Parts: sequence; structure tokens; C-alpha cells
Amino acid sequence: MPGFDFSNYNRNAALHARGVPLPKATSTGTTIVGCIYDGGVVIAADTRATSGPIVADKNCEKLHYIAPNIWCAGAGTAADTEFTTALISSQLELHSLSTGRKPRVVTCMTMLKQHLFRYQGYVGAYLVVAGVDPTGTHLFTVHAHGSTDKLPYVTMGSGSLAAMSVFETQWRAQLTRDDAVKLCADAIEAGIWNDLGSGSNVDVAVITPEKTTLMRNYIRPNERTQKLGSYAFPKGTTAVLNEKIIRKEEIGKYVSVLELTEESDDKMEVDT
Amino acid sequence: MDHRPQAWGRPRDDIYGAYDASYLQTSGPKTATQSPVVTGTSVIAIKFKDGIVMAADNLASYGSLARFTDVKRLRTFLDTSVVGFGGDVSDMQFLDRHLKELAIDEAYEHNDDQQQQDDDDSHHKSTPGTALNAANLHKYLQKLMYRRRNDFDPLWNQILVGGLDAARKPFLASVDLRGTAFTSPSLATGFGAALAQPIMRRYAATDEDAARLTREQAVDVVKECMKVLFYRDARSLDRYSIAVVTKDGVELSEDEQLERQSWAFAERIRGYGTQTV
Amino acid sequence: MAAMFSQNPLMNGPNYSFNDSPRTSAPEGAREHRFDPYTDNGGSTLAIAGADFTIMAGDTRLTSGYSINSRHHPKLFKIGGTTADQKDATIVLSVVGFAADGEALKERLDAICKMYRYRHGKPMSVKACAQRLSTILYQKRFFPYYAYAILGGLDEEGKGAVYSYDPVGSYEREQCRAGGAAASLIMPFLDNQVNFKNQYIPNSGEGHALQERERRPLSRNEVEVLVKDAFDGAVERHIEVGDGLQMMVITKDGIEEILMPLKRD
Repeated sequence: MPGFDFSNYNRNAALHARGVPLPKATSTGTTIVGCIYDGGVVIAADTRATSGPIVADKNCEKLHYIAPNIWCAGAGTAADTEFTTALISSQLELHSLSTGRKPRVVTCMTMLKQHLFRYQGYVGAYLVVAGVDPTGTHLFTVHAHGSTDKLPYVTMGSGSLAAMSVFETQWRAQLTRDDAVKLCADAIEAGIWNDLGSGSNVDVAVITPEKTTLMRNYIRPNERTQKLGSYAFPKGTTAVLNEKIIRKEEIGKYVSVLELTEESDDKMEVDT
Repeated sequence: MDHRPQAWGRPRDDIYGAYDASYLQTSGPKTATQSPVVTGTSVIAIKFKDGIVMAADNLASYGSLARFTDVKRLRTFLDTSVVGFGGDVSDMQFLDRHLKELAIDEAYEHNDDQQQQDDDDSHHKSTPGTALNAANLHKYLQKLMYRRRNDFDPLWNQILVGGLDAARKPFLASVDLRGTAFTSPSLATGFGAALAQPIMRRYAATDEDAARLTREQAVDVVKECMKVLFYRDARSLDRYSIAVVTKDGVELSEDEQLERQSWAFAERIRGYGTQTV
Repeated sequence: MAAMFSQNPLMNGPNYSFNDSPRTSAPEGAREHRFDPYTDNGGSTLAIAGADFTIMAGDTRLTSGYSINSRHHPKLFKIGGTTADQKDATIVLSVVGFAADGEALKERLDAICKMYRYRHGKPMSVKACAQRLSTILYQKRFFPYYAYAILGGLDEEGKGAVYSYDPVGSYEREQCRAGGAAASLIMPFLDNQVNFKNQYIPNSGEGHALQERERRPLSRNEVEVLVKDAFDGAVERHIEVGDGLQMMVITKDGIEEILMPLKRD
């Protein structure tokens, strides 16, 4: 399988030089963290997605499903984190089906790093991979260029330093589940308050050998303030410059209508 | 191939790329470009009830080389203020020299012991309490830095100034190489802005919070920050200077050693991926 | 690939002789640091003129890149008072953009207004001050103050006056203006809510004959509500806006300052 297709590179460079702006991807200038505790692993993320200085999504989900026992927190280009995790999730499921074994975190991490390495960093996915499998509890980071790290606590994204400051001052070995959740939530909050790329709410996922608990919006410290004024307009405020009503009977003028008979073969499954 | 006269003798663009004619320019404005060479990393500071605490490590880096390991980056001014420097060390030393001169001039003008005599002696007009305080000093440095940026000859530093203002309240402010100045209950330059500020803001988010901190608490917070910076800033050192400014003056300790580091987490790490032994 | 560097003017724009070729083509990454005298410190400002008052507002966050330098850095300044605390000032200047230039601009204008007051024994009118500010900005036409200024006060008839500027001194008196990072978010809201743009009187006609909603001066309370809501909206969608809202209300009785909290994320 070939790597990235660079055949449009020259065209794009030439267009760019002539003032055509490059398309701007939504990035999750993000804070994501993970922390192992005795009995499982916790990952957490903020919920702000940005496009330049504009908040694109105030409550997006950065915790991605890989397998029932493996989850992934993603930073970087939103589409890349979304699609790489979905792709690996699918491959891992097939692999699990064909081997008849539960998916392993190292397998997931290896597939991710090999995929990302092939794309030389152009697939901008920065991930925290966490999970519990028959070999134990695992926590990794995977960088867009394909390097990985294995540590008891990790942070990533634009708020990674703010989050790391929490771990470096409060982390200790032998944490309980509640300690680990609190620690991760505090780390995300440090990102939310101190890093402009991060904001809104805290999502947390706890993975144990038994089950995964996804706590969506575990903390919501940034509820929208109530508007003081009323911005309801009386009906008819907007000018109607022209009006055209298309009735169902004359819809054939605009689109081709194909009547389906009861006996026709191309019946949709849902209709049966 | 382009055969027009203006292209004669030029390296072919299709082979060598567009020619960079800037190298041929002999006239035109002088661009005093410069860049930091020997540099100091973060300076951090926090306000507390009766003053401020400031700290900076004793390292001067030359790129990624830990070049000088005993460089003092905090200096006192008139024993009432402290100035911390991040960025270029030669520019720091220039400012140090400049501030020393300024301090001497100030001491002549406003010698407190002499004040009593001055009151009787009408030849010499100087009012008590008019020597440069930290707020004045900060404004002075801001003007200096802004002037230098306007001349395109910046002093490549980020500076923290701590002390007391005219109302004898704790004062802490920052100025950078472009003359941008601001204040906050806690401040940090360089790497510290990302790593230490979140920690300090937990203790002093507002001036009211800072006014509840004791000196001991503030010193502890700053020492904790220096430790985190040493853990995570690759251009940092475990030997540092720390200064406490109160109305009683400046207490500057220039050879502190980081205490109670913890590398316990390292023990259980095995490899970076699939390795288990 | 060769097409990119082609000497064909049609493909590559005009060809240059050595003398007039652009000097920007230094090899990439040749100089690690080239001093850039400007930065953008984010934030947003807003001013609305009423019948007998002017309200100026700005957030108090100072940023650089993705980090917050200060959560309390005012963007509003009283101009031309005779004392250090400016308690007898009559004009307010708001600046947003590059903070150091903004402050330098403020201090220049303040000094000039103070001199005027000292020489003439009366405060400068907003109209005169506005014209002077334009001159100050244009004087630095080729090394501009990177600051979007808005000047607010009361005119000779006691009506609210707002003057807005671009960084090189082009200015205009307006009913309302938003400046800075979230200007593009706030300005359409103001057009609609202050000047009633795109609002028509229901059933007053057909299509283009529809009557526009008539403009009326807003009360002080209405304006304060608009300002707070505008900033709450901007905070939601712009990462560089937040922390605090500083408002100054200019009336014939003086300048009242109001501080309110904004979201800090």
C-alpha cells in the first residue's frame, strides 16, 4: 500500500504562492491526559475544538472508541484523529474476530504507529491510547510521526504542559480509582483555564478489566451565561423579497419521480 | 530557456530556483537583525501578603549546551526591588550595568540618611520616599525596552520586576523585548509561562488570593514550580536563585539546590512500546 | 516542477531585474530569529454612543499565542485628566491589537490632551481630540502603531460620540463600533441591535416596499445589556476573549467604570 499521494503538492504550492489560501482544518488544540492506577487506567479530555482563534465546537468528543476495553484520546487535526481511530478500531475488530482473542492495547498501539509513520506526520493525529487486556493495563502516547511512549501518566495537545504541571506536582504511585479520576480531571482543568486551545468541559473514561465507564461531561465548569436581553423578533421582521410555493403535484417539474410498485425487486430492507 | 536580456547571466530559475537578490543589495535600510545567543530560561514570581517571591535557575545555555552553570539571573535594585531576566545573557548584563548606574544615581539623589539633613538644607531639594520603587523601575524598563524595539535593536529579554509600589503594596510586573508590559498576581517567562503559571494560579488566581498567602506558602509554591521546571524544561538546572521582597528589603539567596525530587515513576517504565523487560 | 519557476510571465507573474526583485526570498530557515517588532495580544473592544452618554467596553485578557499573559489588563483609558487618577477626564480611549503600541499611543494622546488643557484652561473637545489622534497615527504611517483605537466622549451638544480608527489614522464618527479579535463576531450583532439593520416592520408593505424599523436612541440600560451580551457571545466563540469585562460610561457627570467577570476558559 502506497503512502501519501504527493501528486497535487506542486499544484497546491503554486496556488498558494498566488494567494489562494490553504484550506483550514479544524484542529483540536487540546488537552488530553491519561493515568494508570491500581486496577485500571483513566483517560480524560477537554471538549473544545478550534479553527484558528474561533471555537468550532464547544462540546466535542475527543475520547474515541477503539474496542470495548481500549479507548483513545485524540489531539491534533480533528478529522485525522477521528478517521485513524475508526480505521484502527475496524482493523482491530477484524483481527480479534479472526484470532478469536480479545484485542490487545499493544496491537492497537503498533497498528497506529505503523499507520502514522507511513504518512510521515502528514496525518496529524496525536493520541493517548489506553486500555486493559489479558496482559494487563496499558497506557501509551502516539505522535503523528509514529513515535510512541509508555509512561504511568501522560499528557498531549496544546495544554499538555499545563496538564503535566498537575501530574508532576500531585502524582504518586498506588493511586485509587477516585484519586486517578480526580487527578486526570484536575489536569484537564489546568488546560481548560490556562491554555487558550482548550476549554469547556471535562470528559473522563475509566477502563478496568471488567468494563469501561465513559463519563461524558464529568465536570462542566463553563456553562453558558444567561443572556440579559431578549432577542426574539416579531414575526415578519425579516423582509420577504419573493415567494414561490412548489406543490407536491408539480414536483415532477423539478426532479424526476420514479414510482415504486409493491412487487419491485429493489425494495429496501427496512420496508419489509 | 529564457533569452530576454534581463535574464542574461542569471542562474536558470528552472534549475536553481528563484535567485535570492537580497544578497546583492548594497544600499537600502540597515537591518539590525539579531538573535539571542547565550540564554537563560524561565523566571517565575508570585505575590503574597507582604511582598513577592521570585526565582530563576543559575544556568546560561548556548543553544542546547548547558554552557555556564553559575549565572545569577536575579538582581536587586536599591535593596527595594528585584529584577529577574530571561533571554539573552549579554543583554541582561548590559541592563545590569545600566541598572547599577541608575541605582547609584538614585542613591545620591535620595539617600534616606541624608534626608534629615536635606530637610534643613534648602539647597538640595529632594522629597522623602521618591526613590524609584518597583513600579517606577518597571515603567522605566518598559520605556527602555520599547525604545529599543522602535530602533529595531531590541534587548532580547523577558524581564520580571518585583517589589512594592508607591502605596507600599506588593508589586509584580513583566516586560519583554517588544516593550509589552503587564501585571498579574503570578508571572512566569519562557517555559515557566506554560508549566509554572498553572501551578501558581492555583494558589493566587486573583490579587485577593495572593493577599491571603503567607511568605512560607509563597516560597513553597515557587520551589515546587522550580522543581517541575527542572523535570520538564530541558534548558534548566537544579541550582537556582530565589529572592523575597518585603518592606524590610530584599533577601536574595543565589545558590539554592532543588530538594525532594522524585523519580519514583521511572522505576516501573519498560521501553516505549511493546517491550516488557 | 519546472513550471513553478518558469520564466514565462504568464505562468509566473512578472520577471524582475536584480534591482527590483523582492527581498523576501531569503532561503527558508536561514535565519532562526528575525526580529518582528509586532505581536497580537488579542482581546476585543466595543463602543456605543447614546443620546446623552457613550459606553465603551473591552475585555481584560492579554494573550500571546495560546497562553494568557494577564487576566486583568485594561484596554480602556481615561484621557486628558489633570491628575494621576484621571478623575476629571472627559474622554475615553480604547486600544486593542499590539499592547505595547496601544499603551504608547495612549500615553502620547494623554500627554497632548494634558498640554492642551494646561495651555487653554479647558479640556479638549472629543472632536478635536479625535482629529489629533488621527494625526498621531498617521505620523507613524511607515512604522504604524499596530492598534485599533476607538475614542469615546460627549460632543459639543452633549450627545454621545464614538470615533473609530484604523492603525494608520483613517477615522470616522459612528453610532457604534467593535474592534479587535472578535470584531467580526460582535459588529453584525451591533448592526442589528443598535442600528436595527435587517429589521423591518411586519406587514408594512410587500418585498422591497417593506418599511425599515425606525432607529431610536437606546437607553443607557439597554446599551449596557447589549454590551454584556455581545461579550458573553464573543467569549463563547473566540479563544482570545475572556476573563473580565471593563466598561466605562461617559455622561455629563463624569466617567463611571464598571468591572464584570467573564468566563476564564
